[in-house]
Amino acid sequence: MSAEYVLEMRNITKNYGENTVLNDVTLKVRPGEIHALLGENGAGKSTLMNVLFGMPVIHATGGFGGEVVLDGDKTNITSPHDAMTKGIGMVHQEFMLLPGFTVTENIKLNREVTRKNIVSRVLGRNMETLNMNAMSSAARKALDSVGMSIDEYTRVEGMPVGYMQFVEIAREIDKTGIKLLVFDEPTAVLTESEAKQLVSVMKAIAESGIAIIFITHRLDEVMEAADSITILRDGKLVTCLDKKQTSIIELAELMIGRKGEAMVSVEPREVPHDETAMSVRDLYVNMSGEEVRGVSFDVFKGEILGIGGLAGQGKLGIPNGVMSLYPSDGEVTLFGEQLTLGNASNALRMGIAMVSEDRKGVGLLLDQSIEDNIAFTAMQVKGEYLHKFGPISLKDGAAIRAQAEKMIKELDIRCFGPLQHSGTLSGGNQQKVCIARALTLNPRFLFVSEPTRGIDIGAKKLVLETLVKLNREMGMTIVMVSSELQELRSICDRIMIVSEGKLVDILSPAASDADFGLAMSGIKPDEHRGGEAQ
Amino acid sequence: MRNVNWGKLLRENAVTIMFILMTALCLIFSVEQQPLNFVLYELFGRLSRNAFIVLALIIPIVAGMGINFAITIGAMAAQIAVLWVIEWGISGLPGMLLAALMTVPLAAFFGFLIGKLLNKMKGQEMIGGLILGYFANGLYQLLFLFIFGNLIPLNAPGLVIKGSTGVANTIDLSTERGFKYALDDLWKVDFGTAMYILFGVLAVITIIMLITKKMKPVRGGVYLGVMAAAVGLYQIPVVASLFSMVKVPMVTFMVVGVLCLFNTGLLRTRLGQQFRAVGQNRTVANASGINVDKVRVIAIMISTVLAGWGQLIFVQNMGSFQTYGAHEQVGLYAGAAILVGGAGIRKATNGQAILGCILFHLLFIVAPAAGKSLFGDAAIGEYFRVFISYGVIAAALVIHAWSGVQKKKTAKEALSE
Repeated sequence: MSAEYVLEMRNITKNYGENTVLNDVTLKVRPGEIHALLGENGAGKSTLMNVLFGMPVIHATGGFGGEVVLDGDKTNITSPHDAMTKGIGMVHQEFMLLPGFTVTENIKLNREVTRKNIVSRVLGRNMETLNMNAMSSAARKALDSVGMSIDEYTRVEGMPVGYMQFVEIAREIDKTGIKLLVFDEPTAVLTESEAKQLVSVMKAIAESGIAIIFITHRLDEVMEAADSITILRDGKLVTCLDKKQTSIIELAELMIGRKGEAMVSVEPREVPHDETAMSVRDLYVNMSGEEVRGVSFDVFKGEILGIGGLAGQGKLGIPNGVMSLYPSDGEVTLFGEQLTLGNASNALRMGIAMVSEDRKGVGLLLDQSIEDNIAFTAMQVKGEYLHKFGPISLKDGAAIRAQAEKMIKELDIRCFGPLQHSGTLSGGNQQKVCIARALTLNPRFLFVSEPTRGIDIGAKKLVLETLVKLNREMGMTIVMVSSELQELRSICDRIMIVSEGKLVDILSPAASDADFGLAMSGIKPDEHRGGEAQ
Repeated sequence: MRNVNWGKLLRENAVTIMFILMTALCLIFSVEQQPLNFVLYELFGRLSRNAFIVLALIIPIVAGMGINFAITIGAMAAQIAVLWVIEWGISGLPGMLLAALMTVPLAAFFGFLIGKLLNKMKGQEMIGGLILGYFANGLYQLLFLFIFGNLIPLNAPGLVIKGSTGVANTIDLSTERGFKYALDDLWKVDFGTAMYILFGVLAVITIIMLITKKMKPVRGGVYLGVMAAAVGLYQIPVVASLFSMVKVPMVTFMVVGVLCLFNTGLLRTRLGQQFRAVGQNRTVANASGINVDKVRVIAIMISTVLAGWGQLIFVQNMGSFQTYGAHEQVGLYAGAAILVGGAGIRKATNGQAILGCILFHLLFIVAPAAGKSLFGDAAIGEYFRVFISYGVIAAALVIHAWSGVQKKKTAKEALSE
């Protein structure tokens, strides 16, 4: 225990195929300190933790480079269970609790206190009887140490989420020989007062000598709780800082950083604000992992509005909610007309089209030809491209072909012809087919969700240029959702940042990195500066 | 806690309530055709031979695998054992015990294979088990028609089809080589005696628990009171006469009782905790280091072996069985019975299994007579009881699906919690 660091991860490198997701990253954690791990999505935080826990996904994809040192000894962690026996615990973002079990049973899951009985002497440990009294007194002790007064016999089912979080922590603390605890976004589900309590519990745990790795996107909590901070960006180590020598602004800046130059340059212009195209009030969307909790905003006719934010904060929920692809509530008007949520064809009929982020799942019929993909929604929703014979309608092959060829030419879709199956196209060209299909609906309003996800740089540029062209030449109002801030900044007129399902701020693309970083962690840049000035 | 949610109670027990109403109705219409004391006689007979196999379903349900329709295969294992015990001519209780012993490795091995397969189709265990039962039936027929009595000769009289090869259609256990009533006839008493013995034992246990303060006085008092009332009621001649035909096979019911205790005891062990954890959420169980696949295989193995024993109890009571058909409906009827008792495909207790068994068989007994008095034809009642057993399974599954739907809320409500 004399080592300076309880955990050292030295020069960790990890490739998934051609993709380098971690490049020479080093993380050093002292005993009894709270070490914050910061970074945007895709920065490599979760991969680094997967390496630490020996997750099967790491070993199944060729292992990793570099070494993991625990208490000064080089170790090889082979599985999550192995990590547990070596004293590394995890408080999960999604609760690993069984609703039908009591608090005690959850805390002691698979580490039950048992008594020997006649059968167990023959058939082994698994047949030993549970000793509920011993289990609940141990659970009580663990609960007390996290400041939870809740009865240890309560069932987890129906408990407030905040309590569940503390039960999880109690379970980790109850494990003997725990040296290092990883908290993965622990405050995301907590109320403000619960989050405060959590931070004080974390401090108490750290004081007892257990080191904590604290993964969060809330910079203010980092400043409050952490002793030192490691920042990752694009799989590389940016820096490791002492909390005392840094500020929220610096952290925000370091986290965002400039990622290369803008791919597409757009003439700066006045943001259009004459006519409201869409007005959204109090939108709630129940999209698992991308929940939206009460967002209101207006989109002006003729603008490109960007929606940004970290993954899982609700930015994808907004277009999916307005299109009613997921259960949603709220008031949406399009050019003054009320849009009834709850039925996807309503939105399509009113002239809103969407290019989905789930290109292969929702976006394309991969086994169908390009022309069928392009005309499909228009046929289904608007009854276009059809010959009607009484109750029977047949595809109008000629009209479809003409439209497909027009789109292939306009959007420069690289293919052998309109009959090629869309599944055989490259990612960028598939994306263009999706855009073509949206345009075939003659929409008044276009949602584009993660248009450049999973396509190469050249194709990204083309897709973005297509969007700009649509906007400038056809006057299309576009709302674009993207995880890549740089992309949003290069073509949008305004950028809306959401965090935890709520709108934080609408920023100009020219705003500073620090402002974007603050907004993504849920802090309104103006208010933060105002607060500091006082 | 005092506020009972009647709507919820009704919804959760809809199958049981429906069944009670239906059985009561049939009972009313059947009384003139068959007297009540005959109904009770039949009921006890059926309970003694069927309760065990229904109880074998509990562990897989708790482990989240739904109703194990593959218990059919456990029954096949038992029938293989019975065939050989008869061939060797080991009769009576030793024969029964040897068959039980032989069933263990056979059923455990089959259970292991079933478990391995069901692990490859998580979430589809019920349909998987059902189809597996049909598939195994083919192998069973191959074994009994071609291999036994053909490649492996059988010498016992009556085991082989006369003038042909393969095992005979019916295997008779009532010959001197068989073990008909091996268990039942060990100790048979009339209903009154059985009740006095049972309540005597229960009363002693209750009093001991009261003295050692392991039970709350109120609870113990209620138990003793209920027992005293039942004994008192039995003193009324009319009540006693209802049970006049009933003969209780004490050992058989004791075996059933031991299985209940086994189920309860097992769920209180480390392994039992693992069953329950895996049943609730495999991801969470896995994250806490439980070997989910292994636990599921063990659950199915236990269930298959128990089902095999259940089938032995069944055939020793019946005295003979259809070689090629006796196992076929085992899974279906046992599954229907446990659902009737109020068990779901995620939750089941001993009490639900026993209650379900009683209700299900009660309907079986009274339905033909009710059909006769209502429609003048017993076959219609017969038709109804088959139709109902499928209907119950369908209803239970639909109600299970509905209970998921009712939790749906609007997006705003779901998120503002």
